[in-house]
Amino acid sequence: MTTRRLPRILKALRRTALQAVPTVIGILILNFFLLRLTPGDAADALAGEAGAATVETLAALKSKFGLDLPVLEQLGGYLSNLAHFSLGVSPRYNQPVAELIAARLPNTLSLMGLALVFALVIGITLGALMASFAGRPADRVLSVVALLFYSIPSFWIGLMLIVLFSVKLGWLPTGGAETIGANLTGWDAVLDRARYQILPALSLALFYVAIYARLTRDDMIEVRTQDHVRTARAKGLSPFAVTRDHVLRNALIPVTTMAGIHLAGLMGGAVVVETVFSWPGLGRLAYEAVMGRDFHVLLGILLLSSLLVVAVNAAIDILQAWLDPRIEVR
Amino acid sequence: MAPLIDVRDLSIAFPRATPVRGLSLTVEAGETVALVGESGSGKSLTALALMRLLPDAARIASGEILFRDRNGAVSDLARLEDRALRQVRGRDIAMVFQEPMTSLNPVLSVGQQVAEVVRLHEGLSRRAAFARAVELLDLVRIPEPRRRVGDYPHELSGGMRQRVMIAIAVACSPRLLIADEPTTALDVTIQAQVLDLLDALRRDLSMGLLLITHDLGVVAEWADRVAVMYAGRKVEDAPFETLFGAPLHPYTRGLLAASPRLDAGQHYSAGALAEIQGSIASAAGEEGCAFAPRCPNARALCRAAVPALDAVAPGHLVACPVTTVAAQREARHVLAFG
Amino acid sequence: MHGTDTFPTGALAAKSLAADAEDRATAAALGAERVPAPPSEPDFWPNVHAPDAARTVTADVARLAPVGRRHALLVFLSNPTAVAGLLILAVVVGAALAAPILFPDDPLEMAGRPLQWPGQNPRFPLGTDALGRDVLAGLVHGARVSLLVGASATLAGLLAGILVGATAGYFGGVVDDVLSKLIEIFQTVPGFILLIVLVAIAQPSVPAIALAIAAVSWPQVARLVRAQFRAIKEKDFVAAARALGFGHGRIIFREILPNALPPVIVLASVTVATAILMESALSFMGLGDPNVVSWGSMIGTGRDLLRTAWYLSAVPGVAIVLTVLSLNLIGDGLNEALNPRLGGEG
Repeated sequence: MTTRRLPRILKALRRTALQAVPTVIGILILNFFLLRLTPGDAADALAGEAGAATVETLAALKSKFGLDLPVLEQLGGYLSNLAHFSLGVSPRYNQPVAELIAARLPNTLSLMGLALVFALVIGITLGALMASFAGRPADRVLSVVALLFYSIPSFWIGLMLIVLFSVKLGWLPTGGAETIGANLTGWDAVLDRARYQILPALSLALFYVAIYARLTRDDMIEVRTQDHVRTARAKGLSPFAVTRDHVLRNALIPVTTMAGIHLAGLMGGAVVVETVFSWPGLGRLAYEAVMGRDFHVLLGILLLSSLLVVAVNAAIDILQAWLDPRIEVR
Repeated sequence: MAPLIDVRDLSIAFPRATPVRGLSLTVEAGETVALVGESGSGKSLTALALMRLLPDAARIASGEILFRDRNGAVSDLARLEDRALRQVRGRDIAMVFQEPMTSLNPVLSVGQQVAEVVRLHEGLSRRAAFARAVELLDLVRIPEPRRRVGDYPHELSGGMRQRVMIAIAVACSPRLLIADEPTTALDVTIQAQVLDLLDALRRDLSMGLLLITHDLGVVAEWADRVAVMYAGRKVEDAPFETLFGAPLHPYTRGLLAASPRLDAGQHYSAGALAEIQGSIASAAGEEGCAFAPRCPNARALCRAAVPALDAVAPGHLVACPVTTVAAQREARHVLAFG
Repeated sequence: MHGTDTFPTGALAAKSLAADAEDRATAAALGAERVPAPPSEPDFWPNVHAPDAARTVTADVARLAPVGRRHALLVFLSNPTAVAGLLILAVVVGAALAAPILFPDDPLEMAGRPLQWPGQNPRFPLGTDALGRDVLAGLVHGARVSLLVGASATLAGLLAGILVGATAGYFGGVVDDVLSKLIEIFQTVPGFILLIVLVAIAQPSVPAIALAIAAVSWPQVARLVRAQFRAIKEKDFVAAARALGFGHGRIIFREILPNALPPVIVLASVTVATAILMESALSFMGLGDPNVVSWGSMIGTGRDLLRTAWYLSAVPGVAIVLTVLSLNLIGDGLNEALNPRLGGEG
């Protein structure tokens, strides 16, 4: 059967690639457009921070980073840099933007990954529970709970989790990525990092828990009324086996699509959560870039995260081709 | 010996309606019984009730469903607890549904879906179940079963899908096979093939076959006995020759008269295609015989009480006082002057 | 089952089907609950029959019947959670409107001794912050900012989304291809990061923030409106309007748009909620309008004292949660009331 899946997946790959190209071009244009709109520049900010800004130091700074060139030339430079996988140099950090981002990206990805796992596991479980109580008070209550999760700002729940688990109970650290100076190795290091990641990932996940719970509930209720589920029951399968092998599998296909759609939102949410927990990821970098008016870094992050979303969506397309045999006829 | 399945006085209720009332029905081993009626007569609900697969809102309000299993033990399916019921479903009683398009799981290969049922009831390993699935696909005459076993439902034609459904149903050699409008969704040319297959399997596996249909052509060709339902009640039950040769209930007569597919030679179809006045909906909420509002022979007594099923001849039951009386009078006449 | 499970008695079957469909259509037009049904299977097995004529008829009839709107209102008002949402929102709106009367002084000014816990001093029921500002006053004034930004961002987003979505859906072809791609691009870019970029470029002020939020929320509206337009433009009454020689503008705004609105209204309530969340996140990070007090900025300033005075962060957060929750509850209620598929079955 795996041999049967391969052409389906290759087809999906080609289609996805064809769709992605104009999107990427559009994103590049959007980025250029935004860059043109940026007021002031990093040199001003740097000089401002340094205190006494003379005209000469300012000019020197500007010419060093190419900030004195006309906007169009800057854009041309940006574009040609992009072609060489370079996102320019950050005046603030005095480091190539691509390097800055590359250093922070893994942290953000692992945070998002864990958040997504939390969101899917808790959300699907909650949704399956709601579906099995559909129409009864338990379903109604869980629906409102899900809606409540949906209404809580991630940064605020992050702070409240800190108050509870770090300040009051002292179980988990308030922020950062690892215990500084502990020099742990192996499993200890992994566990140490995990302790730092739980609260931010949970804060980020809560909103999506609500989404997946409701989505799973609705899908399962819909799938459950489909004829093939009756066939499965007629085979003598237990309710649990029917749910696991027939209902859930069909219901999860739309959930994976949504996970792709939400990736962009998750990325944005990470920015806020990272600032709450001082998590050294892209979000925190973006925050620092805004504060320092470092638009090269900021737009680099915007560009890269957009491209990341395109890439992950492509991956999800392929996952769906694997999950859903009907995909090739569509 | 007791019949394979003996349904006694079955009623199926929804919160605001009782679409099946007081239905009794038997199927013997190796016998094909057709349950006939138009849309809304309750025949499909009856079929689902036998496997306790009724929709959530519906319940068995009264009655017994006595089923004799392989060992000769009789149990009441209407009251059987869920775990024991799951042992019966798919193993002792299996069902083929109307819509082969939607009755198979779209995201599992047909092989997986056939293998699932033999793994469940016969405890085969994954590999053995898969080999068995290939055999079963061959049994239901799917060409190149080894290749088809990995296909997904959307890759198969309607007829092929229905064969897969049949393969799932007969996988554990059930004692009773319920086929709910198994050919309605199929092309006419495929219908006969699928019914031939069902009939052959019934013979080979000596199953009882309960065929739910509205198609009298199907009944004429494959049924041993026919039960006619109207608005949730059985109105006539007879061996197939009797029913087609000498139907008694006005509704049965109307059905036969309205059927274009019966061969000439039966005097009802000699004239133009007839129709039964009114619709089944007009029966709702009436006292007495549900068919009375549409019945050409209706009398006052028809509207007074629900007619009981009377045996007019051995194995021939009719729920129509008017015809029963007439038939008896005729019988006496024959006795007196014959 | 319709269409397949028919008797070979053509006339009989056709008649009973027609009657069935008519009954349902009438019932739907009256906005009545399902009439005590004849004992027929289709009513109880909604999954067995294919998308059938009866349903299509109800959808069209619903458009013609003004009773449908009143029915939707009744469904909405009989939903306890939706009414709860409405009440919460009414309190928040009331507080926002009454803010200048209740707390005429600038909420950014010192009002009493700093860091009094809630309940400690009856003059400040929700306490005071590190600079001695009244938390309750800040809360009430903050409601103004949150609601103003939420409402105006949604309005602008709806306007843009409807314009783009309607154009794409109505005209189709190349116009649709281009606009769809545009929508897709804006949905691919992480909205909150784009929002930060826009606010950083534009300098933070309430109108700029509202516009920036609109700029990241319009694609969702556009997508929905486009889908609605694509579906509705195929309907008979649109063809009739075309046949009468109406111009595109009239068909778009007078014929299709009113029928496309119900799901857009549902989305709008959720968009207001999202906008409020985004504004609060921005002000929390210190990217909000520095001249007004907002719930997010209150949490942000309270954060420094999280260990000792966590109520400073907790209290405005509760206000955000309640407001956003109320909007989501309303959205849910509207969805149930306006979606014919769900409304009929509850």
